[in-house]
Amino acid sequence: MFGKLSLESIPYHEPIIMVVAAFMAIGGIALLGALTYYRKWSWLWNEWFTSVDHKKLGIMYFIVALVMLLRGFSDAIMMRTQQAMAAGGAAGYLPPEHYDQIFTAHGVIMIFFVAMPMVIGLMNLVVPLQIGARDVAFPFLNNLSFWLFAVAAILVNISLVVGEFAKTGWLAYAPLSGIEFSPGVGVDYWIWALQISGIGTTLTGINFFVTILKMRTKGMTMFRMPIFTWTSLCANVLIIASFPILTATIALLTLDRYLGMHFFTNDFGGNMMMYVNLIWAWGHPEVYILILPAFGVFSEVISTFARKRLFGYMTMVWATIAITLLSFIVWLHHFFTMGAGANVNAFFGIMTMIIAIPTGVKVFNWLFTMFRGSLELTSPVLWTLGFIITFTLGGMTGVMLAVPAANFVLHNSLFVIAHFHNVIIGGVVFGMMAGLTFWFPKAFGFTLSEKWGKRSFWCWFIGFYVAFMPLYVLAFFGAVRRMQSYANPEWQPWMILAWVGAVIIMMGIACTVIQFWVSIRDRKLNADVTGDPWDGRTLEWSTSSPAPFYNFARLPEVGDIDSFWSQKERSNEELEEAPYTDIHMPRNTVAGPVISFFALIIGFALVWHIWWLAGVGAIGVFVSFMARVFNDDIDYYVSAEEVERIERAHQQRVKNSDPYKPSAEVEGREGKQRYVEVNA
Amino acid sequence: MATDTLHHEGSVVHHEHHDATETKLFGFWVYLMSDLVIFGSLFATYAVLMKGTAGGPTAAEIFELPFVLVETFLLLFSSFTFGMGVLAMNAERLGQVKAWLAITFVLGAAFVGMEIYEFQHLIHEGYGPDKSAFLSSFFTLVGTHGLHVTFGLIWILVMLIQLSTKGLNDMTRPRILCLSLFWHFLDIVWICVFSFVYLMGVL
Amino acid sequence: MQRRSLWRRRGTLVLLALCLFLAGCSSALLDPKGQVGAEQRTLILTSFGLMLIVVIPVIAMTLLFGWRYRRSNSGAKYLPDWAHSNAIEAVIWIVPCAIIAVLALLTWKTSHSLDPHKPLESDVEPIEIQAVALDWKWLFIYPEQGVASVNEVAFPVDTPVRFRVSSGSVMNAFFIPHLGSQIYAMAGMDNDVHLIADEMGSYPGRSTNYSGAGFSGMTFEAKVTTPAEFDAWVETVRGASETLTYPEGYEALAEPSESHPVEYFSAISPALYESILKSFHTGGEHEMGGDHQLSSDHADSSDGDNAPNTHQAADSGHDTNNHASQDHAMRSHPTSVEAGG
Repeated sequence: MFGKLSLESIPYHEPIIMVVAAFMAIGGIALLGALTYYRKWSWLWNEWFTSVDHKKLGIMYFIVALVMLLRGFSDAIMMRTQQAMAAGGAAGYLPPEHYDQIFTAHGVIMIFFVAMPMVIGLMNLVVPLQIGARDVAFPFLNNLSFWLFAVAAILVNISLVVGEFAKTGWLAYAPLSGIEFSPGVGVDYWIWALQISGIGTTLTGINFFVTILKMRTKGMTMFRMPIFTWTSLCANVLIIASFPILTATIALLTLDRYLGMHFFTNDFGGNMMMYVNLIWAWGHPEVYILILPAFGVFSEVISTFARKRLFGYMTMVWATIAITLLSFIVWLHHFFTMGAGANVNAFFGIMTMIIAIPTGVKVFNWLFTMFRGSLELTSPVLWTLGFIITFTLGGMTGVMLAVPAANFVLHNSLFVIAHFHNVIIGGVVFGMMAGLTFWFPKAFGFTLSEKWGKRSFWCWFIGFYVAFMPLYVLAFFGAVRRMQSYANPEWQPWMILAWVGAVIIMMGIACTVIQFWVSIRDRKLNADVTGDPWDGRTLEWSTSSPAPFYNFARLPEVGDIDSFWSQKERSNEELEEAPYTDIHMPRNTVAGPVISFFALIIGFALVWHIWWLAGVGAIGVFVSFMARVFNDDIDYYVSAEEVERIERAHQQRVKNSDPYKPSAEVEGREGKQRYVEVNA
Repeated sequence: MATDTLHHEGSVVHHEHHDATETKLFGFWVYLMSDLVIFGSLFATYAVLMKGTAGGPTAAEIFELPFVLVETFLLLFSSFTFGMGVLAMNAERLGQVKAWLAITFVLGAAFVGMEIYEFQHLIHEGYGPDKSAFLSSFFTLVGTHGLHVTFGLIWILVMLIQLSTKGLNDMTRPRILCLSLFWHFLDIVWICVFSFVYLMGVL
Repeated sequence: MQRRSLWRRRGTLVLLALCLFLAGCSSALLDPKGQVGAEQRTLILTSFGLMLIVVIPVIAMTLLFGWRYRRSNSGAKYLPDWAHSNAIEAVIWIVPCAIIAVLALLTWKTSHSLDPHKPLESDVEPIEIQAVALDWKWLFIYPEQGVASVNEVAFPVDTPVRFRVSSGSVMNAFFIPHLGSQIYAMAGMDNDVHLIADEMGSYPGRSTNYSGAGFSGMTFEAKVTTPAEFDAWVETVRGASETLTYPEGYEALAEPSESHPVEYFSAISPALYESILKSFHTGGEHEMGGDHQLSSDHADSSDGDNAPNTHQAADSGHDTNNHASQDHAMRSHPTSVEAGG
């Protein structure tokens, strides 16, 4: 009846898990209770869960990502604590069986359920606004993508209390992940969580690719697109081309595990090297999916706060395209030690190093954007400067790893761990924090506390170096990754130092939490009334904050890179007041959450081999999808009068807040200052 | 589109719908490219594992070319009939569209039926997908294509229902066009399967 | 000696780096005990030094520009529309290109000179040791001596050792940090790595590729001795009461165990290593040797397949095989399947 599922599947005997589960349960009940008490359920369902508005979806992506960050970071600090303890014969406090799940979960969660949703969330929030569109090309699919991702995150969290998670490392190398060596349900949770969220990601990739190519406003040619849009475009190309490989690879592993096939088994002609090749053919582009949009964020941040055009726009674009293409021909550098011949290793090593060239050029472009600029040292800028320094160091160790003969001793060591945290924390995390601070007012209408933002930055920045420099050193002592314990007591001081670093990073995360709290408390003081708090350069700053659900009352026209900036330069040149027109908008839909709910049922049922329930889920997906297909009432028109009413209200607010300004729409905070100076 | 569209100027609405159709088709095209990557991965896997027979049968021992040739012609012909359906749609002949779609459905169903028979026959002979890496990759590659065709058949049924209830309109038209892309795409994939798996396996 | 002269040319940067990476004394990679490891240390430091050419200026410029062009500094030039300079563009492309060009050359050269499959040049006759990764221990087979050991391997100093590496379980990697290059151990695959020790001592070795619950304890000791001491060691092993038969004894040993103690086997079944390899090449009723696979697997890798990724993968296997036949390393072992990408 319930397949492999029984009451024994719940790990009662693991006190740590039970405590965590208790906290999750209390938190969950408190949240549900509060929602019920304040009667927010229908608001939540109608305004958020069923919303097809890209801005709301972006916000929801970020919320899930931040929650998952807490989970992923708990894993991190548990690992650091274990390694700080388990030296010279000591067992530490986590048995291998638990420790192995933790490092697997840490990797999976941080990549798939923190970094990816942050990147995709930011794309959702920003890209349509930057290209002057009213929504993405396929709003319903966008909602579905989010929910597929969200239920996959739920599935991962279910694995914490029902059964176990994979004990294979985040990429679940076969044959360890095969049924022979991992008979438990852990790998199955991994499979279905990644499969479901992966499908969502592929749909997002298609959606944004089409959006950027087809929905740009009048005058926005490809080479007038903001850099963040460019990097998002390239990231989406990578998603479209690489995520299907992940889908196929996981499907093959699934067939091995569920139907006894022999793709990656040791015997019967299976080939485990095929798995490693396939998973990295997806895995390497994946890291560029994460880092390219972060590059875009830094470009926007640095040129906005230096109040200067981005140095070498064309170079930036072509460097991004070059990285996109090269990222597909370097995957073998993840396993130089597999024993391929010298020619093959050398080829992939050199291709990998070549990626360093466009990346290095980008770094110099950011530097020369600051050069002769007027740099305001806000927290997004601090994240950017921290990124340039940290990422450059990470790039250096990356090139060292790319030399096959050096890789022969560095591979699988803590050097690799230090390297990829160096680029992922220094690049993606710093980028997402910068992007979050930068675009937060556009999403919510008030800015985040600078004081706590800067504190968060310094904790992360210092914490990163304290946590990961010791790992570089340990690698030279011969320490490898994924050790639950180690014999050599000489390593312990370095491990303890790394633990201290992790604690400092934890303080950084705490600062971010406080930052949200303080900023929400002071939202009236920090209100962004004009919609342009940073004296921005691109279209998203030309509309109000938060942007109205239709984004732009009149679709903007673009004649330049940094079009909003140049429009402000020409300022006070009167805006011709074209009449408002009706706006065509998509309706909210229940199909996304409902289909995804049934997908969750399927996933859970398949993990536990509850075949009838999987059947129920499949029928549920089919029926709810058909209901969507046969529904004609999917869009509507916002009347011109309604648009006018909303726009007038916004203009009124701007006027009330700033009596000096004649044309609030086109002047930001700095502009305000300029205006006062000129008139003094 | 909804009823409030009625009071809009015809030309504006028409333009918007034209754009929407184009965007949909382009989006679907991009989806097909990503699907192609899945097939590419499966072809690559097959190429690597085809010699991994582990003492079991080889390709030449189990494939029956004439049978597969009949399957191939069924599918090729169904692409032709779908093409006729699209021509009929462009000529606004609803009845003919439905008729051609129905014929396509029958041909596609025959194809899937033959494939199921082939699989069942192999498993019955003791050459199931769990016998060797070669058989695993063969069943998976061909089966994935068959699964796609099955989804195509369901889609054809849905379109037949929608054509009967709604006729040809701005919603059904782009769907027929997308389905047509899908169907021809599967045809092309099948030609690759036929030449790469069956022909090269036997020769 | 060659290493030393290379070393001098690197200048102060690398010296500084060495100090940073602290005290070569306990650092396995910076204080290597064999020729392979020594060359790899030089390579790591060289690439580090080369990268510093660009890393140091970048960090300096970040701090300098960030400070000098801060908004409150009214003394600095502010040109909001200055966004292009051919001279700067040229420099920022050429410098990274030049560094990468040098590194690429170095990469090409060392990928071949330090290829793990390449036999080491030496006057001393090389010995062969076969290492099999099991759950979670290392089985070392001495085919010439007809003995085997678990979690302890001994070999004479200044003697090239060809480790043939395979697995009886999941994927692992064989690594003695003090001596250099690691290599993957995969079931049914015959991989190899050539190492040499130029100093006597006892060096820790381990699996570096995570392989399950007992992975942390999957360590062994590599004893580098004088030839006489090595012979004595072999005699000790020959004196052990246990023998290792295939398949019964092997299967009992292959049962999962954690932090397995050192064990000696005074005698082994003939062609034990080959038998372990072969055991994965079968599938059910029909027995089939790996030799068919060796020739056919790779010969067909150029089949007209259009997906670039695995096409390359197949190619890499192909290449490995070519390579193997070039250096004759594989010739005497027709049953082996060379591991490739």
